[in-house]
Amino acid sequence: MMETRKPLLLSLIDTRGGIFLGLIAAATILVPVLALMVPANSAFALPPYLVALFGKYICYALLAIALDLVWGYCGILSLGHGAFFALGGYAMGMYLMRQIGTRGVYAHPELPDFMVFLNMKELPITWWGFQSFPYAMLMVLLIPGLLAFIFGFLAFRSRVTGVYLSIITQAMTYALLLAFFRNDMGFGGNNGLTDFKDILGFNVQAKETRVALFVASCIALGAGYLIARAVTESKFGKVVIAIRDAESRTRFLGYRVETYKLAVFVLSAMMAGVAGALYVPQVGIINPGEFAPANSIEAVIWVAVGGRGTLVGAALGAIIVNWGKTFFTGALPEYWLFALGALFVLVTLFLPKGVVGVIDQYKARRAATHKGGTAAAPAAE
Amino acid sequence: MDIAKNSLLYLDGVSVSFDGYKALRGLSLTLAPGEMRAIIGPNGAGKTTMMDIITGKTRPDEGDVLFGGSYDLTKMDEAEIAELGIGRKFQKPTVFESHTVDDNILLALKAPRSALATLFGKPAAHTRARIDQILETTKLKDHRFRLAADLSHGQKQWLEIGMLLAQDPKLLLVDEPVAGMTDAETAQTAELLREIAVDHSVVVVEHDMSFVRDLGVKVTVLHEGSVLAEGPLDVVSADPRVIEVYLGR
Amino acid sequence: MNQLPRLRAPRARALPLPANGAKGLVEIFSFATAAFVLLLLALFVAPQARAQGESTIIIGLSSDKFPETERALNDLPGSGLATAPQIVDALAANRLYFNGPARKLYFADEAGKMFDAATGEPADVMASALKKVRINNAVRRSLDAARGALTLMSPDPAKRKAAADSVFKSRDASALPLVEAALEKETISANKKILEEARAAIIASDSGAPEVRRLEAVEVLKSRGDQDAVSVLTTIASWSEGRVKAAAESASSVIQAKLALWRNVQNIWYGLSLGSVLLLAAIGLAITFGVMGIINMAHGEMVMLGAYTTFAVQEWARTSHPGLLNYSLFIAIPLAFLVTAAVGILIERVVIRFLYGRPLETLLATFGISLILQQAVRTIFGANNREVSAPSFMAGSFDFGSLQIGYGRMWIIVFALAVFFALQFVLRATSFGLRMRAVTQNRRMASSMGIDTNRIDALAFGLGSGIAGMAGVALSQIDNVSPNLGQSYIIDSFMVVVFGGVGNLWGTLLGALTLGVANKFLEPIAGAVLGKILLLVFIILFIQKRPRGLFALKGRAVEA
Repeated sequence: MMETRKPLLLSLIDTRGGIFLGLIAAATILVPVLALMVPANSAFALPPYLVALFGKYICYALLAIALDLVWGYCGILSLGHGAFFALGGYAMGMYLMRQIGTRGVYAHPELPDFMVFLNMKELPITWWGFQSFPYAMLMVLLIPGLLAFIFGFLAFRSRVTGVYLSIITQAMTYALLLAFFRNDMGFGGNNGLTDFKDILGFNVQAKETRVALFVASCIALGAGYLIARAVTESKFGKVVIAIRDAESRTRFLGYRVETYKLAVFVLSAMMAGVAGALYVPQVGIINPGEFAPANSIEAVIWVAVGGRGTLVGAALGAIIVNWGKTFFTGALPEYWLFALGALFVLVTLFLPKGVVGVIDQYKARRAATHKGGTAAAPAAE
Repeated sequence: MDIAKNSLLYLDGVSVSFDGYKALRGLSLTLAPGEMRAIIGPNGAGKTTMMDIITGKTRPDEGDVLFGGSYDLTKMDEAEIAELGIGRKFQKPTVFESHTVDDNILLALKAPRSALATLFGKPAAHTRARIDQILETTKLKDHRFRLAADLSHGQKQWLEIGMLLAQDPKLLLVDEPVAGMTDAETAQTAELLREIAVDHSVVVVEHDMSFVRDLGVKVTVLHEGSVLAEGPLDVVSADPRVIEVYLGR
Repeated sequence: MNQLPRLRAPRARALPLPANGAKGLVEIFSFATAAFVLLLLALFVAPQARAQGESTIIIGLSSDKFPETERALNDLPGSGLATAPQIVDALAANRLYFNGPARKLYFADEAGKMFDAATGEPADVMASALKKVRINNAVRRSLDAARGALTLMSPDPAKRKAAADSVFKSRDASALPLVEAALEKETISANKKILEEARAAIIASDSGAPEVRRLEAVEVLKSRGDQDAVSVLTTIASWSEGRVKAAAESASSVIQAKLALWRNVQNIWYGLSLGSVLLLAAIGLAITFGVMGIINMAHGEMVMLGAYTTFAVQEWARTSHPGLLNYSLFIAIPLAFLVTAAVGILIERVVIRFLYGRPLETLLATFGISLILQQAVRTIFGANNREVSAPSFMAGSFDFGSLQIGYGRMWIIVFALAVFFALQFVLRATSFGLRMRAVTQNRRMASSMGIDTNRIDALAFGLGSGIAGMAGVALSQIDNVSPNLGQSYIIDSFMVVVFGGVGNLWGTLLGALTLGVANKFLEPIAGAVLGKILLLVFIILFIQKRPRGLFALKGRAVEA
């Protein structure tokens, strides 16, 4: 099967993955060049707001890959992945808040403005350590990971599956939405965290910082893709797909289904957290609205549009749908929800495998007609 | 307790009910190591429920279920029981449809089952050879790179039996292996199971009398959740009670 | 605050209080006679006393000293000054002026026109040339008491009641004679009771009053039995001694125990009310989920469509058939059912039937439909809240013990239960119900028995949607009718269905009522939002324990 053993990394990159990584690499080079080196008055110059917008798309693409990992490969339709994204975002937001220091409206050396406003006397324990970047980055991984671990441990152990699981993931993000709206949670309540000044000493508004954040997002997306590939291509990944297709069969083969699900769920939550953390400095705000159940469901449709279980498709879906959203909300704001709603319906009805899935099907059919032999037409889809 | 100690599988007084419906009522059954047993009985006799209880899918309300004389199966979950060496083939063929035949066998093959082992571990040296051997036995060698979804019904049944072989369990539970098969396939399957029975204990649940006759093993007749008769097929089928509840109809 | 009654006590004693408590009939008689004579006396003597009182009041109010102002206000109700009501109103509105040297008092009306306070005649002075009578907290208390006392005799019973209430709260000893006088005249028994309680509050708070009378008064307060009585009694207990203290303490603890009980009753009532709303919203979901095993994310939008149907019917009645306005709900209920059932069947035929066996995809497609419906309603009716008025029979409330029961809530509970039992009837006693249950239990078997499962699916979906539409009619009475109406109920409805167990309507009923009551009991402890979070967390944990809900179907059929 793999007589010629390629190095691990290369063995993960198939043609499609190669194209995908190539595109990311191209963006990583082109965007800095167009944004920083081309004179601002040139037609090719990329204004900073577009850099931030593209960066946002890349973060969404990473979230989509994370979601594809649990939904496309493990069959867990999470309607609460926005929660992990938002938690990662909050962890980053807390770091950025602590960086403001005395430059806030109230110029308090330690407390962010909203705490002074709420008459808080000292920094809540939850905020300790967030002035340190490494600690904050650790939390970006740990907090979503921990929530996913606790939630998944309980849910998978009790064998909550299918729509039940989807609904309680939705309830989870809804509960967090309500919780983060509360002022006494100490995370800025309704307004969330905003007015960031700088990150690692660089001004978040500066063109150079935005480009750097964009590049970091691209690297995270590429790394996330490779990790997801490594996982899904391993025997572990085969077990996970087996669970998706026939859960109890897998159990009777002796695999601990709940452990596998939990591992995938936690990994996916951490990737979503990283996506959220990169998203926040680029959009400049994180508020409880990110926990809204509708956000999580929207992320699901990105994956569905691109093609679940394909990773690349999920990322592309996120970018296409969000590009469409930017277009619609700018040009025809009142039609965006019609378009999004129709997208949900049409994709599930006519494009259940997504764009990439359709390409695969087309290729398979061509291959079948060419060979005409053993790989006869796939069974009725 | 000697019977329990010396038997591979020991069920005693097992009862279970679902919402007041008693699926099993005091079912008792013993299987010696290396034995092959056919279980017959009309619909609702409790055959599948019995399999569910042995494999840990359902917990009995009362009764003992022992494996190898010492393992209490009522206290273990599916994965533990599978690792103990009990393999199961479902009534409806269940294979991993989006995996290739090859990968189906690979997943079933006896190897560490933990998430860490599958994520970072390397396949054992003999893996390839073992898969080839099983594909040979189940006559699926030419189809190894096809998706399981694309196999014919009979091929799926064999693939599932192949996966059981790959698991190399001490005990195989086989639920209606020839349902929906052609006569030729049925005969081949009987041949395959006899081959397997040489070095495994097997319990076969089947409706098809000629298939059971082909197997030529001891037969247990279930009726309304307990054992009605036990013995060679000829003796059992002469039993007036059996004729009344099952064969006679 | 504690000091207040004691300070006032001496003055209170100087007033013509009826003498020692009534012991025996004779004494009651003599007491009543004495009181009557005193009252007559007061009425005859009054004009003379008045003239004197008037001038001291005018002087007091124009002295620009708080204690003087306070005293003048205390005396004002008994003074018989004709302009007394205007004076207190003007003072309350900060429109009372004085000319210090001239000892003249003026008030301005709302238009700013000036009047002489002594005579009530228009006065030719400029407000700018005068000083305003100032108010501090002590003055404000006296002012409130004076206003209360002045309205005790109002011809309007509602005003008299309000005045008696305010006297009860102020416990101003100087109002006692007025209370007594008002009590004589009062004919409405409810008002009489409040006056008696006000009198009791004053007497019980009077350290100079005889112990027996105070003990009696405490008893009266105890029988009043509300939070106000508790606050009066605890104040009394805090500074009294001996038997009065003990009586006040025990009375207040008795009342508090009773109030706690009523609070629980009230929580249960509110909980049932919330639960009935949840039931209405969840019941349709339970049908579609139970029968077809699909999650309809557009269910909330069906509720919203029902609410908008109510709005449209009401608008139609308002513009073309005003006579029907009060009964428009009776048109809206069947119409909402038909409209949403039709929309539901349309959705089922056009989208959902192609997705059977793929529950997760159904979930996504119906979410898409929910977005489309929301935006469609927003485009047609606008994004703002729409007003749906309550018919007269749903407005108002009645008292049940200490509990105020609103007709609106009550009818919604009745409606929810009616819908529930009607549905039970349809499922149990009609052939459609029989076929639907057959499909729920074993789709393939039902199909092979000749049941047209496609038709049943469509009708079941229509039924579920139609019930959601009727829920919308009820919700339009208690919630804002906006395009987002459905979204706020969808997660709660899911929780009810999941908690209650799928495929069992009794589970849905119990789930809805349990969650409603639990919510209302958690709210006062944890706050509304935290209470809701706690409930969500509880349900998430509950699902771990019983993945199929309270009333789960067990056995092989479920897992097939």
